[in-house]
Amino acid sequence: MRTVDLAATGVRELNRRLRSAADDPSAQSWLVTNPKGAHAIAAGLTRPVRIQIDGHVGYYCAGMNQAAAVTIDGHCGTGVAENIMSGLVRVRGNASQSAGASGHGGLLVIEGNAGPRCGISMKGVDIVVGGKTGHMSGFMAQSGNLVVCGDAGHDLGDSIYEAAIYVGGSPASLGADCVEKDMTRKHRSRLRDLLSRAGIEIDPDRFRRFGSARKLYHFRVDHADAY
Amino acid sequence: MGAVDPGRLRPSHTFPAHVLAEIHRAADQGVYEIRGFGTKRPLPGFDDLVFLGASMSRYPLEGYRERCDTGVTLGTRFASKPLHLKIPITIAGMSFGALGANAKEAIGRACTAMGTSSTTGDGGMTEEERQSSETLVYQLLPSRYGMNPDDLRRADAIEIVVGQGAKPGGGGVLLGQKITERVAGMRGLPEGIDQRSACRHPDWTGPDDLAIKIQELREITGWEKPIYVKIGASRPTYDAALAVKAGADVIVLDGMQGGTAATQDVFIEHVGIPTMPALRQAVEALQALDVHREVQLIVSGGIRSGADVAKALALGADAVSIGSAAMVALGCNKAVHVEDYRALGTEPGYCHHCHTGRCPVGVTTQDPELEARLRPEQGARWLRNYLTAMVLELQTIARANGKSHVLNLEPEDLAALTVEAAAMAGIPLAGTDWIPGRG
Ligand SMILES: Cc1cc2nc3c(=O)[nH]c(=O)nc-3n(C[C@H](O)[C@H](O)[C@H](O)COP(=O)(O)O)c2cc1C
Ligand code: SF4
Repeated sequence: MRTVDLAATGVRELNRRLRSAADDPSAQSWLVTNPKGAHAIAAGLTRPVRIQIDGHVGYYCAGMNQAAAVTIDGHCGTGVAENIMSGLVRVRGNASQSAGASGHGGLLVIEGNAGPRCGISMKGVDIVVGGKTGHMSGFMAQSGNLVVCGDAGHDLGDSIYEAAIYVGGSPASLGADCVEKDMTRKHRSRLRDLLSRAGIEIDPDRFRRFGSARKLYHFRVDHADAY
Repeated sequence: MGAVDPGRLRPSHTFPAHVLAEIHRAADQGVYEIRGFGTKRPLPGFDDLVFLGASMSRYPLEGYRERCDTGVTLGTRFASKPLHLKIPITIAGMSFGALGANAKEAIGRACTAMGTSSTTGDGGMTEEERQSSETLVYQLLPSRYGMNPDDLRRADAIEIVVGQGAKPGGGGVLLGQKITERVAGMRGLPEGIDQRSACRHPDWTGPDDLAIKIQELREITGWEKPIYVKIGASRPTYDAALAVKAGADVIVLDGMQGGTAATQDVFIEHVGIPTMPALRQAVEALQALDVHREVQLIVSGGIRSGADVAKALALGADAVSIGSAAMVALGCNKAVHVEDYRALGTEPGYCHHCHTGRCPVGVTTQDPELEARLRPEQGARWLRNYLTAMVLELQTIARANGKSHVLNLEPEDLAALTVEAAAMAGIPLAGTDWIPGRG
């Protein structure tokens, strides 16, 4: 394992090293110390390396991740794993707003709570939150799965498209065009699989499923209040 | 019953025919009008300015003998690979989805031939445009449709879209009839739905966040690519200054006349300020921060001719960008296939029906039969010819004002024809030394 002390090297040098060592077989595992809330740590990785970050990070940690497995042993700022394409990003603490925003693929696990707009505009990513999520989570979520083990804040899944939302607690309110849906056997097994990939132990039977009523897909004058 | 005396048919100034028709339509449909193209009402603009030309105190350059350079470099502030364009006219971001693939390819080819850049749009980068356009600017939009780090890395510059002149503060719409299988696939949406694009970015708000977003994009692309920030003209004094503070290499300022593929008419006609005053305010903001020319300014919104380009440069822009005019060069509103304009309820010269996907000339459509009307090679030739003519016009004006480089054009070369233009552009009213608001 290679260790980088961020207090000594800075983010730009860290990311440069991560990029240039991507194909070096002896550099497949990294430990980053002293992140101290720095932004854009490990953003734009493209190879299946493993990165462990020891402490709290700022905005956009592991942004646009491809293939890498990044673990943050702390809390993180806005937009962790934003636009993630593939790979795994795990936050052992809490995540601020817009976690996994517009993620296209891969898995984001937040073991603690997530702030507002978790999974906003998600496009295929799977997100599992061990605790609660803030308001407007899953806003305009297009596809993928958002699993919230605790409660979800106001306006969950507002203007949602084809993504699925599973909530273990209860949502404070549902956003426009978001409705509760049947929890079929297929969905329960998908949820079980997501929880097991996330390494979170909780009874899938506690969960309810939410998704799009698909009433806002075409403008209709009688729905004008919802826009 | 006798004939009606035409003298008795007095139209209402408050309710002219188009207003009556719009109220009837709204009463029928219960929804605002969505349309393409730019503003239709008269606005103060570059036509209200003239160049003074050379005289006893300024020598002109010989039209066919003395050089008048047109090259510009964009992105010199922080990017390690700035763009070197041969002409100061770029093609604005127009999405695949709004435009068909043939139009995108035609634009890419023409830009490559002219040594300038084209720009992706909402919905991501297509292979055709990357292949055809040697210098391609990749937009990062609020919707993040098709946003992909691989495309980010193979772009030549990145444009963060905060707003558009046609709709500062508004998101996009692409009506269901344009969401074909390919467009839906690129955007990750069900086919045929009315697609809305968000008006705010999902993971940042405000200039402090933007600075961090720009940092992230630079980290992902190795600090190579120029980063543009595109703003709609609303409060350019502040927006330009904040874009500088956030770390932009280039600011793209899009005035109210700017075109769109589909936006609410009320937005197009009533939100934002015209290009000319916005340009002056942005230049003043850059000058106040001592970064004019260090942070380059690209201006768009209603640019149609070499004269418009020359005036924008003289007021302090480093380059311009065109959308609608490029579409027109590709055949938009041309009097061909007239029956298809009529089927849309319009006539050549009046069309603004890009939102329908039934473009009679194959520019803003995904329909294979209509799209086939625009062959990429032919379209590229038209656009190339048009850009060439614009550049010749621009050089003609620059030489007449004694400039050996088009970027040497300056406000002192201009006079305003109206009091409004004088006030908005900060240029003396012709025949006076009066600039309203400045004593
Ligand atoms: C068909 C069409 C599609 C457009 N799509 C986008 C887009 O995806 N993103 C964007 O930032 N601006 C878009 N615009 C606006 C242009 O980038 C540009 O700001 C505008 O066209 C400039 O004004 P002009 O049309 O008067 O030249 C579009 C404009 C048109 C005409
Ligand atoms: S001719 Fe085509 S591109 Fe031009 S306004 Fe009509 S639909 Fe739009």
